Amino acid sequence: MAKFTKKKSGELPAVSTASLPDIVFMLLFFFMTVTVMKDNSLMVDNVLPIADQVQKLDKKDRVVYIYAGKPHPRYQSKYGTEARIQLNDKFANVDEVAPYILAEKAKMRQELQPLMTTALKVDKETNMGLISDIKQELRKVNALKVNYTTKEGDALRNME
Amino acid sequence: MARRGIPEVNAGSMADIAFLLLIFFLVTTTIETDSGLDRKLPPDEPPEDDVIIKERNLLQVLINKNDQLMVDEEVTELKDLRRVAMDFLDNGAGVNDKGETCDYCQGAKDPESSVHPEKAIISLVNDRETKYSTYIAVQNELVAAYNQLRNREARRLYEMDFTEMQDLYRDPKTPEDDKEKLKPKVERIQQMYPQLLSEAEPKKN
Repeated sequence: MAKFTKKKSGELPAVSTASLPDIVFMLLFFFMTVTVMKDNSLMVDNVLPIADQVQKLDKKDRVVYIYAGKPHPRYQSKYGTEARIQLNDKFANVDEVAPYILAEKAKMRQELQPLMTTALKVDKETNMGLISDIKQELRKVNALKVNYTTKEGDALRNME
Repeated sequence: MARRGIPEVNAGSMADIAFLLLIFFLVTTTIETDSGLDRKLPPDEPPEDDVIIKERNLLQVLINKNDQLMVDEEVTELKDLRRVAMDFLDNGAGVNDKGETCDYCQGAKDPESSVHPEKAIISLVNDRETKYSTYIAVQNELVAAYNQLRNREARRLYEMDFTEMQDLYRDPKTPEDDKEKLKPKVERIQQMYPQLLSEAEPKKN
């Protein structure tokens, strides 16, 4: 008889959480494989436009990134709402693009320098004036390979 | 005495540790977009003496500041642009510089439109106030027009899409001798429909 009374009736057994670490590790590995380390924090809005005739960007060691767009709300009191260029964590003027490209090119390995591509990551709301100015600067320093970075999708959706 | 098993290690904190790592990765990494439209800018040199381009060999695409599109003085919708550009490029009503007719063109041979794909130039002009997304959409449609024509010819000649061939050619994982074999094919198709897309300085107004 004592055998039956020993069991504390009414109390629920604890839920096993033994698989919780496995689940979290799974998520962790997912994020480790599909993401890359951030190397600059964005100070501008950066919603990329959409295109479907895209080509993959070259390896990272031969790509120079130029960001442009409206300053993030955090910086708007200081820099206004007009679209700006961001180079390496800093806001920059148009005339700083050419020296920046040359500096980045000099940092690259010798054999990769002719393969340098400039990736323009520009917010879709930006006016073309700013981009034309950037393009002029790039032409001045002979950085002629550009890549307009876009999301993949139907281009007609850009017009919405 | 009863046999004593190995005591179980308490793994309760394992989840916490994993969460910590997970959150670290969530904040320090981004999912990178690494594809886009590849373009080549013209070199910054004064143009050689004015090249005379016949009106019929030029497709003028204008984008105004309200993101409206005008192709050869006609207001056009973006969705029709690809068709118009393809018709223009593929017209093939005449001969190229070497006096060859375009025997692979399937166009309407309209005497008002381009004579040969090698001479057909698309000129894109945008306003300084044009929105970037519109510009990308237009570029995308024009590139798509070239790609579709090139795909058609590549499929006819080599039973493979041009874009596929190009991706394979550019892929560093493709073995060298495959690349050697692909190179003349890619170049031949590129020569059939050379991408003559000129971008003038944007208008200031």
